[in-house]
Parts: sequence; structure tokens; C-alpha cells
Amino acid sequence: MMTTDNVFAVLLVVTPLVCAFFVMGLHWVDRRWCYPLAVIANGISFISAVEILISVVKHGTIHYRLGGWRPPIGIEYRIDLLNAVVLVIVSTVALVNLFASYNDISRELPEKKGTFYSLYLLFLTGLLGVVVTGDLFNLYVLLEITSLSAYSQIALGDVRRGPFASLNYIFIGVIGASFYLLGVGYIYIMTGSLNMADVAHLLTRLHYSQAIFVAFIFCMVGVWIKMALFPLHIWLPNAYTYAPTASGRVIAPLMTKVMVYVMIRLMFTVFGITYLFKVVHISQFVVWLASVAIIYGGLMALSQNNLKKMLTYIIVSEIGYMVGGAWLGNKLGLTGAILHIINDAFMTFALFLAAGNFAYRLGELTLDNFNDIFSKMPWTMAGFVVAGLSIIGVPPTCGFFSKWYLLLGAFAARQYFFFVALILSSLVNAILFFRIFEKGLFGGGGHHVSVRGEIQEAPVNMIICLGLISVGLVVLGLYAGDIVNTFIIPFIPQGLG
Amino acid sequence: MQHIFQEIMGKYNYWLYIVLMMIGLYGMIAKNNLIKKLVGMNIFQTAIILFYISIGYKKGGTLPIIEIPHGHHSISPAAIDIDKYINPLPHVLMLTAIVVSVATFGVAVAVALKIYKEYNTLEEDEIRMRLRER
Repeated sequence: MMTTDNVFAVLLVVTPLVCAFFVMGLHWVDRRWCYPLAVIANGISFISAVEILISVVKHGTIHYRLGGWRPPIGIEYRIDLLNAVVLVIVSTVALVNLFASYNDISRELPEKKGTFYSLYLLFLTGLLGVVVTGDLFNLYVLLEITSLSAYSQIALGDVRRGPFASLNYIFIGVIGASFYLLGVGYIYIMTGSLNMADVAHLLTRLHYSQAIFVAFIFCMVGVWIKMALFPLHIWLPNAYTYAPTASGRVIAPLMTKVMVYVMIRLMFTVFGITYLFKVVHISQFVVWLASVAIIYGGLMALSQNNLKKMLTYIIVSEIGYMVGGAWLGNKLGLTGAILHIINDAFMTFALFLAAGNFAYRLGELTLDNFNDIFSKMPWTMAGFVVAGLSIIGVPPTCGFFSKWYLLLGAFAARQYFFFVALILSSLVNAILFFRIFEKGLFGGGGHHVSVRGEIQEAPVNMIICLGLISVGLVVLGLYAGDIVNTFIIPFIPQGLG
Repeated sequence: MQHIFQEIMGKYNYWLYIVLMMIGLYGMIAKNNLIKKLVGMNIFQTAIILFYISIGYKKGGTLPIIEIPHGHHSISPAAIDIDKYINPLPHVLMLTAIVVSVATFGVAVAVALKIYKEYNTLEEDEIRMRLRER
């Protein structure tokens, strides 16, 4: 059965968009109202996303026609299982981060509350819009809304380095988005359509067109720049490290994951598996690239002395997991990649939440500051340990299961280099995290008084948010089988080996 | 030689956009001053806008406003000669893209201003040197 009218599909995107303007206005009336309004807007998005997911699981794909125009002419919101799951991830992470970041905002940006929450809601609008849309050009516009709000949020961060990191991100981000736009232009020349489903239908007859090949390469490179796949990752570590705590925490897990979603959507919905693995022969190359990304990210993370920067390089490495999995060209690999989108969003989010808690009490996040941290901040450290184990891939945390699918996929596709890279990455991650655990447990003699006075446990709302997500990591792991069967297997296209 | 010339002149709009795009990219990569980089970025985006504009154009085409002959109330779709009208869709898309590029430029200039207030310079190498000193 097909539902054609689901009001939640549009409520999801429009609510944060409209509220973003009101939040900005309320800033001049009474600053105290900005935060509740942002929470309400985000909450409505969250509820809509959950409703959509339930509806999609029960009744199948949702088609929503904006303004009532028929799809090839009008813009269509097309939500299948893959979007629905990503929508829930995005809105959940953003909502939890709002609760966790209340104290950070009051401390870091007290004068700019309205600006910040307005940008935050615009960022959420953009992400949800990118995920929900079924139109190639609409995707570009929403992608730019997301990026612009991310640029400005990053520029609000560290006074010395934030703006410079942001400007570099702008230059590279613009190139990425423009490449994507060019690719869409070539697709439009050849097919005369911008609707994803329509384009996919028309492309089946154009597989051997040179222009379509150019379009494909432009779109892919554009998306890779935006998701920071090695060697296009240069902008990421600085931009995410020097952003304000509250926005870094939401940009880092979501932006990259949503771009991986866009890549999977373009690959499997628009271009189709015949084109990907039979017509263009670049899958081998991309899997190699992804393997190098995994190893490079791990090695760079090892050489960092700042926790936040280390985490950003772990993101570079995790991007390699998902890109490689999607390009393996078999069911197991794609399952692993999609499961890893879900898991990695929450794993990185948990890590950044913990890093935020540490930063709130410690100030500087150099690794030496972690001496004896277990006795000072036991609850935060507990959450950090769960998240770390999940990144390493220790069962029963969720990180293990997606990695397991990826390993099986790599083995089935005979991509042994990717296989080795995954295992090596686990080892490197183990070193990374156990180094910190060891310092936290046995590294006595550190300075116990930071710039912010006696070190104590982080505020209780931050602890609760971190606890929630850490427990979520274990729950996601325990229900990994159900998640794969309900949400992922039905999406996997037929004909994939 | 003549063949190549004809090939280039026949598709001069695409060549033009590629040349503009390369100028923009060169500016973004090679220039040291952040404002010059921003100008490069703008040229880069404009090149893509021109590309879109040119794909909608037809030789001898006019605006897609259909004139109903005097005394008639409607015109049958078969009577419309689509070769006479340019394709408006890429142009409409570019209105949005222009807005995006203006907004990007605005944000970028604001960020550059913030950098200038902190460092009193917009030369990239000087800023990097200062960052390393600390």
C-alpha cells in the first residue's frame, strides 16, 4: 500500500525552519525564550520522524507532493526505510544535544543565544531536508543551508582558530557543492528531469553515455569532499575541533553520516547497481581509497595530543568504513555500511558528549589532563568507556555488529586489503582508547586543579544525556539483528550479490 | 586544424564556462590573500551558473510566455511550437543558486572580517605563521 499524504513529512522540515526565525526574533524580546522554543521545534521534528518511521515500516514508502504538483515537475518528498531511519537518527541526536548543551551555551556564547539556536535549527532543517527530499536540485539547496549554518557555527567557536578553520571549510565545501551541482546539470542535460525516481528510470537507457559518466564522477567527488573521504578530508579536523562544544558535538556525528546517506542514495537509487558495478569500473579503486582512509585516520589519531582532534581523525577513519562497505558491491557490505551509519552516528555522538563533559570541567583536552580522571568524573568516564569500546568493536556494543558485517562483506568480495584495514583499525582504536583509560585509572600525579577550579563531575543533565546514549549503544548492539531485518534488508536492492 | 576550431566554436559556451571555472579554482588555490580567494570562489560559482543558463537557451528562442491569438480563450498544446521557446527551468534553478552563492559569499566575508579583527591581516601565510608561533 502506498500513502500519498502524510503531514508529518512536511512538518518535519518546516517546523525548525519557521522556528529558526522566531528564535532569532525572540532574542531581542526576551532571551530566556530562545531555548524552550528551540527544544519545542526540535521535539516536533523528532516526533514527526518517529511517526514517519512507524508509518513507513507499516505501510511502505511515503510520497509527499509539495504544493500538490505531480512528481516529475514538482518537488517530491520520498521517504523509504533508509531515509526514515536516518531522519530518526538526526532528530534524536540533535534533540539530546540540545539538552546536553544548555550549560555550554550559557558559558561559551551567553550574548549570542538567539543567533546560536537559530543557526542550530537551520542546521537541523537542512539535514532533515537533505534526507527527506526526492529531488536532486532541492538536495543541493538544502545541503547549502546545512553547510552555511555549519560554517557560521564553527566561526563562533575558538576565537583564534575557529574563523580560520571555518573559512577553509567554506572554500572546500563550496567546491564540493559546486561539483555536485555540475553533476546534476549534466544529468539534467541528458534526462531533462531532476526527480530521483524519474532520473533513475530514464538513466537505464543512458548507461554508456559519456555525459552521464562525467555527471556520476562530479556527483561522487562532490559528495566525497563534503563527507571528507581521504584525501579530501583536509578541512575536517580543524573545523570540528575549534567549533563551539555544542555545535561540534552535533555537526561531527551528523554531517558526515548524512553525506554518506546521500552517497548511498545516489548510488543505489539514482544510478542503480547495474551502472555502479557493471558499467563503471571504479569500485575497486574506491574500496582501496576507503582502506587507505581507515588506516590514515587511525595513524593520524594516534599522533594527536588533543582528545577532540583525535576524535576528528577517528571520524575520518570511520568514513572509510562506510564508503568501503557501500562500494564492496554485495549485500553484506551494504548492510554493514547502513548499520554503521546508525551505529557510528551514536558512537561518535557519545564520544563527543563525553569530550564535552571533560571540556566543561578541564578546559584544555590535552591527554595529560586525563590523569586520575576516573576518580574525579566517574560517570562521564563510564560513558566514555562504553563509547570507546563500541568504536573498537567489542561485543555487545553496537560497533561490533556493523564491523562484523563489513568484515564478512569484505571477505565475500575478496577485498582482503579492506579486510586487513578494518582489523588494523580496531587495533589502533584499542591503543587509542586504552591509552586514555590507563591514564585515567593509574596516571596519578597529574594536576588536579584545572583552570576552572577543583575538578568534579559534570552537571547532571550532561551526565544523563551521555548515559542515555551510552546505554543506547548497548541496546543497539543487542537488537542489531532486529534492526538489520526490519530496516535494512528490505532496502537492499535486488540483484546485489 | 579547422576541425578543432569548429569543434571549439560550435560549443564555445561550454569552453567558456570551463575556462572561467579554472580561473576561479586557480584563484582559490594559488592566491595568498583571503579576499582574493573569495573572489576566486565567486568566479567559480558564476561559471556554473553560466553553464546552467546556456543549457536552457535555444538559438532564436524567446521567453516561454504563450500568446493566445486575439479572440481565442485557449490554445491547444499541439499548436505550441516548443522550438521557439527557451527552457525556463535551468534559469529558475539558477535564481536559487545565485541566492545560495550570495549567501555563501556573505558568510565568507563575515568570517574573513572576524579573522581580520583577530590578526589584523588577511594574508594567509602570515596567519598560519602566527598560528604556529603559539
